[in-house]
Amino acid sequence: MAASVRRFFDSDLWWSFTRSPVTVVSAIVAAVCILGAVFAPLIAPHNPFDLASLNLSDAFKPPAWDEEGAREYLLGTDDQGRDVFSAIMYGARVSLLVGLSATAFATLLGVTLGLLAGYVGGAVDSFLMRICDIQLTFPSILIALLVDGVVRAALPRIIVWLQERGVLSAEISAQLAHQHIALFVVIFAIGISEWPKFARTVRGSTLVERNKEYVQAARVIGVTRARIMVSHVLPNVLGPVLVVATLNLGLAILSEATLSFLGVGVPPTQPSLGTLIRIGNDFLFSGEWWITIFPGIALILMVLSVNLLGDWLRDALNPKLR
Amino acid sequence: MFAFIISRILQALPVLLAVALISFAMFAYVGDPVAIMLGQDYTQAQRDALVADLGLDQPFWVQFGRFIGNAVQGEFGLSYRLSRPVADLIAERAPATLELAFCAAGLALLIGVPMGVYTGLYRHAWLSRFFLTFSLIGVSLPTFLIGILLILVFAVWLGVLPSFGRGDTVRLGWWTTGFLTWSGVKALVLPAITLGLFQLTLIMRLVRAEMLEVLRTDYIKFARARGLPNRAVHFGHALKNTMVPVITIVGLQLGAIIAFAIVTEQVFQWPGMGLLFIQSVGAADIPVMSAYLLLIALVFVTINLIVDLLYYAVDPRLRIGRGKGGH
Repeated sequence: MAASVRRFFDSDLWWSFTRSPVTVVSAIVAAVCILGAVFAPLIAPHNPFDLASLNLSDAFKPPAWDEEGAREYLLGTDDQGRDVFSAIMYGARVSLLVGLSATAFATLLGVTLGLLAGYVGGAVDSFLMRICDIQLTFPSILIALLVDGVVRAALPRIIVWLQERGVLSAEISAQLAHQHIALFVVIFAIGISEWPKFARTVRGSTLVERNKEYVQAARVIGVTRARIMVSHVLPNVLGPVLVVATLNLGLAILSEATLSFLGVGVPPTQPSLGTLIRIGNDFLFSGEWWITIFPGIALILMVLSVNLLGDWLRDALNPKLR
Repeated sequence: MFAFIISRILQALPVLLAVALISFAMFAYVGDPVAIMLGQDYTQAQRDALVADLGLDQPFWVQFGRFIGNAVQGEFGLSYRLSRPVADLIAERAPATLELAFCAAGLALLIGVPMGVYTGLYRHAWLSRFFLTFSLIGVSLPTFLIGILLILVFAVWLGVLPSFGRGDTVRLGWWTTGFLTWSGVKALVLPAITLGLFQLTLIMRLVRAEMLEVLRTDYIKFARARGLPNRAVHFGHALKNTMVPVITIVGLQLGAIIAFAIVTEQVFQWPGMGLLFIQSVGAADIPVMSAYLLLIALVFVTINLIVDLLYYAVDPRLRIGRGKGGH
């Protein structure tokens, strides 16, 4: 363990990291965002969802540095007296959860299908790549919106259909019909909108790997196709996937924020940063700008730091640029 | 040239058919048109009659063929939410979206290209550095936040520009325009900037990168050696040769403008197609969604086709290649 830690600090990657101040700063910002989000229930000064602790007389307090602000509410409060700072921490949690899950889903789908297309080739390849082509013609946010809309519209019928065939018990389907599922719909929609990038990347590297000698050797000694794909080709094509995934995380977080801002994202009971911005937007005209601007700044900081990290990773892992 | 256009159209057809298939599947299986048309109380006989009447008892491919036939004539049925023909709804709102999209694209081009040329020519000027920093901000801000910030500054704090709606519009036949009234023009400013800002920064960076590339080439050195004035070298030789990638990106970004028009229209409550679409997604209004999907696909395919044709007009090398093949 200690040896591998030392090896990490001796590596080129760590060296190029320490040489780039922008990257170090964005890593710190990203770490603060992630830690703040993950440990929100422990460190947030207030629990914005604990109805008992809300006090309507604290509503619309401006930030603490304003003359009318209260010291206990650093970034002010919203229309129901919720602490904006705490709400941001809880919101970042949902944003990160959806962003990470959607990216993981897109990676899983894209890597699987890309590997299949690249290794099996033929009709499978042309079919999958055609789908990629069609999907890449449209901006991903449009696809996400559409998938989100269709799944929402189809969901009641799907649940009834599954229930009629005994796949789901009445109890589970009643729960599903409840709001929880909206979160999964958003993750699914964003994931579906982003898989082609992964599939393309993996397919490209698979085409290179499949003709290398170690793959031929495995084939000669009679290893099955599925096994060659999973245990021989897959580990060798995952490098670029890491970079695509990092760059996609920022995009996924933004997509989620956009969907939630448009009111078709996560349910209002679990507000993400996008939902907070949308709610705050209603108070912009009466002068309560902090309700919407601070979640916006948090979103920008989070996305920008993740994107800069992704850019750095792409350059650092690309030997041609050194 | 003609063969080229035909082959491009043939390539575009499968895309359109695939989108039509998805959009038909949505129409037929996701929403239940019969239940919606009949309302709450109906007998099985009424239901069967309506199903037969709508042709829903026909095989899938027959229904799909009929859907395509209707779609070509602009017939998409009634909106579940508003109980009005979808075609009318879209035709009513298209002018708002198109005016907004073209203003945004025009703004991005008219400001982005000169800024790109300037930053490419005078790389170390402080103004160039300012433009580049500014573009970094433009790239990393999400569209809806740009809109919100602009509303906060120009509508709430300064109170100089309206923050929602289209202002007064003038009706020209079936087209409504906001260009002819002062309030219409004023209402257009903030949404157009919101929608165009990202494209502007993108175009600026692209033109800058291409200019830097082109200025290093031999023919530019040769043009200078011939003693041509700077203006001729910069605009006649350099800028002209940066145009191929710029046209590609601008063309493809027109699609992105339409996609993000949805967000911008929501922020500014702009009464266009995007707002209609997002309201339909919220209300699971399938006919509007499938019509919008088909329309967008058509727009995207057309844009791609036009971009390909523009290559021809801009890059003479393509024409020469073809000409030789013809003789």
